[in-house]
Amino acid sequence: MIPAPFDYLAPESVEEVLAALAESGDDAKVLAGGQSLLPVLRLRLNAPEKIIDIGRIPALREIHEDGEYLAIGAMATHDDVLHNALVTEHALLLHKTLVEVADPQIRHRGTVGGALVHADPAGDLGAAALALDAELVIAGPGGATRTVAAKDFFVDIFETAVQDGELLTQIRIPKHTGWRAHYEKFVRVAHQWAIVAVAATVRMDGGTISEARVALTNMGSTPVRAASVERALVGKPATDDGVREAATLAAEGTSPPSDLNGDAAYRKHLAGVLTRRAVLAAAGE
Amino acid sequence: MTATDERPAEQAHEIGTSRTRKEDQHLITGHSTWVDNMVLPGMVHLAILRSPMAHAKITSIDASGARKYPGVVAAFTGADFADTQGNLPCAWPVTPDMVNPGAPSLAVEQVNFAGDAVAVVAARTKAEAVDALESIEVEYDPLPPVLDLEAALADGSTLVHPNTTSNKCYTWVFDSADAGSGASMDDARRDAEVTVTRRFIQQRLSPSYMEPRSTLVQPVDQGVTIWSSTQIPHILRTMLALTLGIPEHKVRAIAPDVGGGFGGKITITPEEVITTLVARRLGKPAKYTETRSETLEAAHHGRAQIQDITITAKQDGTVTGLDVHLTADLGAYLRLITPGIPLLGAFMYPGIYKFPAYHLSCDGVFTTKVPTDAYRGAGRPEATFAIERIMDELAAELKMDPLALRRKNWIAHEEFPFTTVAGLTYDTGNYEAATDKAVELVGWEDLRAEQARRREAKDPVQLGLGVSTFTEMCGIAPSRVLGSLSFGSGGWENASIRMLPTGKVEVVTGISPHGQGHETGFSQIVADRLGIPFDDIEIIHGDTQSSPKGLDTYGSRSLSVGGIAVVKAVDKVIEKARRVAAHMLEASQDDLEFEAGSFSVKGAPGSSVSLPEIAFAVFVAHDLPDGMEPSLNSEATYDPVNFSFPHGTHLCATEVDTETGRVKILKYACVDDVGTPINPLLIDGQVHGGLAQGIAQALYEEAVYDDAGNLVTGTFVDYTLPAAPDLPNFLTDRTVTPSTDNPLGVKGVGEAGTIASTPAVVNAIVDALRPLGINNIQMPCTPERVWRAIQSSGANDQGSAAASTQEHFDSTEGDAQ
Amino acid sequence: MTRISVQVDGDHYTDEVEPRTLLVHYLRERIGKTGTVVGCDTSNCGACTVLLDGKSVKSCNMLAVQADGHEVTTVEGLAIDGTLHPMQQAFHDKHALQCGYCTPGMIMASIDLLNDNPHPSEDEIRVGLEGNLCRCTGYQNIVKAVQQAAGSEQS
Repeated sequence: MIPAPFDYLAPESVEEVLAALAESGDDAKVLAGGQSLLPVLRLRLNAPEKIIDIGRIPALREIHEDGEYLAIGAMATHDDVLHNALVTEHALLLHKTLVEVADPQIRHRGTVGGALVHADPAGDLGAAALALDAELVIAGPGGATRTVAAKDFFVDIFETAVQDGELLTQIRIPKHTGWRAHYEKFVRVAHQWAIVAVAATVRMDGGTISEARVALTNMGSTPVRAASVERALVGKPATDDGVREAATLAAEGTSPPSDLNGDAAYRKHLAGVLTRRAVLAAAGE
Repeated sequence: MTATDERPAEQAHEIGTSRTRKEDQHLITGHSTWVDNMVLPGMVHLAILRSPMAHAKITSIDASGARKYPGVVAAFTGADFADTQGNLPCAWPVTPDMVNPGAPSLAVEQVNFAGDAVAVVAARTKAEAVDALESIEVEYDPLPPVLDLEAALADGSTLVHPNTTSNKCYTWVFDSADAGSGASMDDARRDAEVTVTRRFIQQRLSPSYMEPRSTLVQPVDQGVTIWSSTQIPHILRTMLALTLGIPEHKVRAIAPDVGGGFGGKITITPEEVITTLVARRLGKPAKYTETRSETLEAAHHGRAQIQDITITAKQDGTVTGLDVHLTADLGAYLRLITPGIPLLGAFMYPGIYKFPAYHLSCDGVFTTKVPTDAYRGAGRPEATFAIERIMDELAAELKMDPLALRRKNWIAHEEFPFTTVAGLTYDTGNYEAATDKAVELVGWEDLRAEQARRREAKDPVQLGLGVSTFTEMCGIAPSRVLGSLSFGSGGWENASIRMLPTGKVEVVTGISPHGQGHETGFSQIVADRLGIPFDDIEIIHGDTQSSPKGLDTYGSRSLSVGGIAVVKAVDKVIEKARRVAAHMLEASQDDLEFEAGSFSVKGAPGSSVSLPEIAFAVFVAHDLPDGMEPSLNSEATYDPVNFSFPHGTHLCATEVDTETGRVKILKYACVDDVGTPINPLLIDGQVHGGLAQGIAQALYEEAVYDDAGNLVTGTFVDYTLPAAPDLPNFLTDRTVTPSTDNPLGVKGVGEAGTIASTPAVVNAIVDALRPLGINNIQMPCTPERVWRAIQSSGANDQGSAAASTQEHFDSTEGDAQ
Repeated sequence: MTRISVQVDGDHYTDEVEPRTLLVHYLRERIGKTGTVVGCDTSNCGACTVLLDGKSVKSCNMLAVQADGHEVTTVEGLAIDGTLHPMQQAFHDKHALQCGYCTPGMIMASIDLLNDNPHPSEDEIRVGLEGNLCRCTGYQNIVKAVQQAAGSEQS
C-alpha cells in the first residue's frame, strides 16, 4: 500500500520542530525512525496532513554521560544504543532489551525515543525505561523543557505525557553500574511483538539479591512496574527456590489484553513464570 | 520390485548429481521478471475496492466520485461488467447434483466475504488509483455472516447464496463395499474389538507465497496478452477464453518469474478477470498487483475441514476399518477446484495400511469466508494428518508402541504392487527400510531414554516423540481416473524437443515452474538421454505462444508427468536421428548403437556420428534419407498410467515447556523415498520447504475470522509465518525404491514434506503430554492451547483463543513519533 | 514534491518525489531498480531489504525523502564486473533460493549480518535473519549459504 499524500518538513533544529508543531496543531505527525509510523501510513490507518521528519537533527542522536545519568538522544537508533559501551556499562538492562527489539533492519532505523513515544504496550523499551527509573525530557512550545519520570510518562495505550506541540528529546537513565540484567521475551514466532516480556535488573551481594527492578511488557495498557516482586526479592538467594515465590506476585494488579496469542489469565500466568526466569537469568549473568 | 530403467548406465552422469541451478543467476542478481516489474506504454494501474462486510446486499454503489480524482482514467463497479464478466470457472463438479451458485469477479448485488471485490479504479499511477478508492460510495444492507460449518448445515441457517436452498454444496461418498475394493465398514464397526474416534480440526491456512499476485493485461486486436503470477498459464488461457468469450487463439498467457505458489496460484482469480475486463474496456494495458493484506483477505485459503474419524481394530492391533466424515469449508464461492480438494485426500486416509474396510463421506459447505482451494498437498495433508494421528491414538488405546502398531499394519515391501481399500494401486514402496533408517537417523532409542528420564525427574520441559509414516498420491494424474471423478480436464503433459543446427537443444515443456528448479532437473534428464552437455540445453516454459500445450504445475506432477513427456519426446528425436545416422554411416539402423550422444556401428570402432553433426546435416538437408522430413524435432504427450506414490518416515522430537506451553522442535529427521533421485540438492530443498510449511500448520499458522466474519489475521503481524529461528535444522535422508510406472523410476517430491510433517509434530506434542491424560491439541498448537490442555489435564477443553488481535500500528491521532 | 539526491549502487540520482513515496517504490519505479521487491505492508517479510550507508534497512518502511543525501546499495549493486558477491555465490552454491522472491532481501540482510558478526554460530545466523521471511527453503540452505560466505562451513 501507499500512504495518503502529506506535506513534508525536515527541520534542522529542535526549535524549528517546535515551531512547526505549534503551527500545525494536531494535523501533524512527528516522524522519528518511522518503523511503526510507516506501516500506519501504508495501511492508511492514519493520514496526517503533515509529516515533520526529525531525522536531520544530529544533536538528538547523541549518547553521553551526564554525572550520575546516561543521556540518550531521542533519535539514537536502537542499533546506536545497543552498541554503545556506556549503555552496556551503566544500563545493561537497556542493552539486553534492545537485543530483543524487532530485527536488525528495524533496529538500524527505529529510535529509542520513537519507540517510547509510540507507547505500544507490547513494545519492549517501556519496561526497561520503567525498571531503570528513566526520566524523559520533553521540549515544549517556546523551547521550555520539562522532565517526566518514566512512571508518569506512560498514560495509556499509544498515549504518553507528550502533549500536542511537544517533543521528546532525551532519555535520562540513572546509572545502574554493576547491576546485572535480563529481558525475557515470550513470542510464538521470532518476528512477533512480545506476548508478554519481563525486564529485570538486579544488584547482587554474593549470591544474594540486594536490590531488584522488574517491569512487565504487554501486561496492561502501559508498561507495568512489578514493585511487590522487587520488594520480595530483596535478600533472597538467586536460586529457583529463592526467587519462585516473589515471582508469583508479578501479575498482581495487572490488566493484560486478551487476543489470539493468549487471554488475560494466560498472560498473568506467563508473567509469573517469565519473571522468575528473568530474575534468575539476570542474577546469573 | 525392479525398476524400469532404460538409461544406458554409462551415460548416466547427470541424473543423480547435485547440480546447482541454472535458474539462479538472474534471481540472485536482481534481474528477475516479476509481473509487477513490468511496465508497458500507456499502462494504467488498478486498485480494487473490497467489501468490509462478510455478507451484505449492495443497496447502492457510486463510483462517479473516483472518476474525478487526479490521474484517474476510469472506475467500474460490478454493474459495469455484469453482462460481460461471466462467472469464475469451477472445473470440478464432484457430484452430478453439486450446487454452484456462481462466482462473479466483481460483486454485483451481494458480497459474500470480507474482501469480495466491489469496484475497480484505473489510474495513471498506483498511488492515484488507491487514493480514489476512498471516494467510491457503497451502501450495504448487512446479512448475518455464515461462519460455523455445522451451524451452516443446520435447518434454518442463513443462506450464503440466495439462489440456493441450502449451504451444502455437495455430499460425496466412497464406500469400499460399494466400490468392490474392500469390506463393509458397518461390519467392521459391529465386529470391532477396539474402536477409537476422534475429531480433528484442519485450520484455515493462507498459502502465503512471498510474491503477491500480480497481473498485467495488454489488449491485442480481438484478444489479449496476459502476464500473471500464476502456476497455470495454459489453464488460464483456456479458462479466460471460456469465461469472457474471447476466442482461445486470441489469448496468450505468460507466467514470467513467479515467486512461489504452493497451490495458491492455481486458480483463475477475480483479479485476473477484472484486469482483463478493464484493459479491454479501456483499450490500454492494465496492471493490478495485490498488497499482502489483499493476499491474506482475498486470495484463496487452504485446508479448513472438520474431520470425524473412527478406526476399528482387533486387540492385537490389526486394523479392521476406517470411517471418515469430513465437513469441508468451501468458503463463499467455488474457485477452480475448490470442491475437489477433499477428494484429493479421500483416497489417502487408509495411508500405508492394509485396512479391510473403508468409508468416507464429505459435505462441502458454503460459508461467508474467502474461498478455499489448493494449498500444498491439497487434501492429502489432511488425510495423512488424520490417519497418522488416529494410529497414535489407537496405539495409546492398545498400549502399543506406535511404531510397532504401524509395522503390524503396513504393506510389506514384498507385497507391492498393492491395491488399497480405497482402490489405488501403489506400485512400489519399502516402508520398513525408510522407517529403519529414520529411527537410526533421529536416534530414537536415545530419545526414548531421555523422555523417560525427564518423566521420572518431573522435568518442567517434557519430551515427546512423534511418528508419521506417510504415503501420498501425486503426479496428477491419469486422465481416465480424473474422468471417473468428473474432473474437467485430463492429466497428461506435453513436451517437445527442438534440435538447433549447432547441436544445442531447446526443450519445450507444458509445466510451469515457480521455484522448483525444473530447468535444472529437466536439463539433467535430457543431457543424459541425448548425450548433450547440460549447458547446451534450454528449457522453455510458461508462455502459451512458445509452449502451446500443457497442463502446468501442481500436485507434484512436473517431474513424474512432465519429465516423462520430455523423455518420450527425446526418444522420438533419437529415433529420427538414428535414421539419418544410418544414412550417413551407410549402415543399417539395426546395427547402430547410441551412446554418449553419438551413433556408431556396433563392432566397428571409429565409425560414428554425433547428434550435433546429425542436427546440422538435417538442418542443411542436402542429403537425407529418401522421403525423410528435414527435422529431428519431436513432440510427445504423456498420460501417466498411475499416480505417483512417494513415501517416507518422519520422526519428530519436541520439547514441551509445561510452564508456558511453548513447544520447541528438538530434532526432526525424515527419510523420504521419492524413487530415483534426479538431483538430490533440489530434492532436499523441496523437502526442507515442505517441512517448514507442514510444521507451520502444526505450530504457527491460522487464518482466523471474528464473529462478524472479518479476517483478524490480515497482515503478517498476525498471520504468523515462521522465521529462521522458529525452525530446526532438519536431518534428511533417502531410500530409493524406483517407481515401476515410469521410465525414470521417479516419484513426486514437491508436497511430501508438507504432507508428512504436520502429524509428526502434533503426535510428538501429544506424546509428551499423554501421561497427563491429554490425547489431542488443536492446531496450531500455540503455547496458550498447550498450556490450557495441561491445566485441564486431559479434559481436552483448550478453550478458544479470543478472535482478536492486538493493534500495534496506532490509528489514533495520538503522538507517535 | 521534494527534491532528493541519492547515491544508488554507485550512481548519483537527483529527483523530485512526492514525500509519500516509499524508498522501495522510488528504487523500483523511478530509477528502475526492480531487483528490490515488496512482499508485505508491515515490515515483517524483509523482501525489500537494502543497505543504507552500509546498514540493512527495509526500503518499504522508509520514505524516499529520508534517503536524501544517503547511499543505497541494492542487490543489483553487488556483483562487480560480472563477478558475483561471495554471498550471491554462496546462495547459488548452497541452493539457498527456490522461487527467488525473498532472495534479494535475504542476501542483503545476510551481508549485513556478516558485517556485524563475521563468524556467527548457526543460532546467531538464524536470529540475525529473523527480519526476513522465506516460504520456499525452510531456511536451512540459507543458513548454509551464510556459513559458506563466512568461511565457517562445516564439511
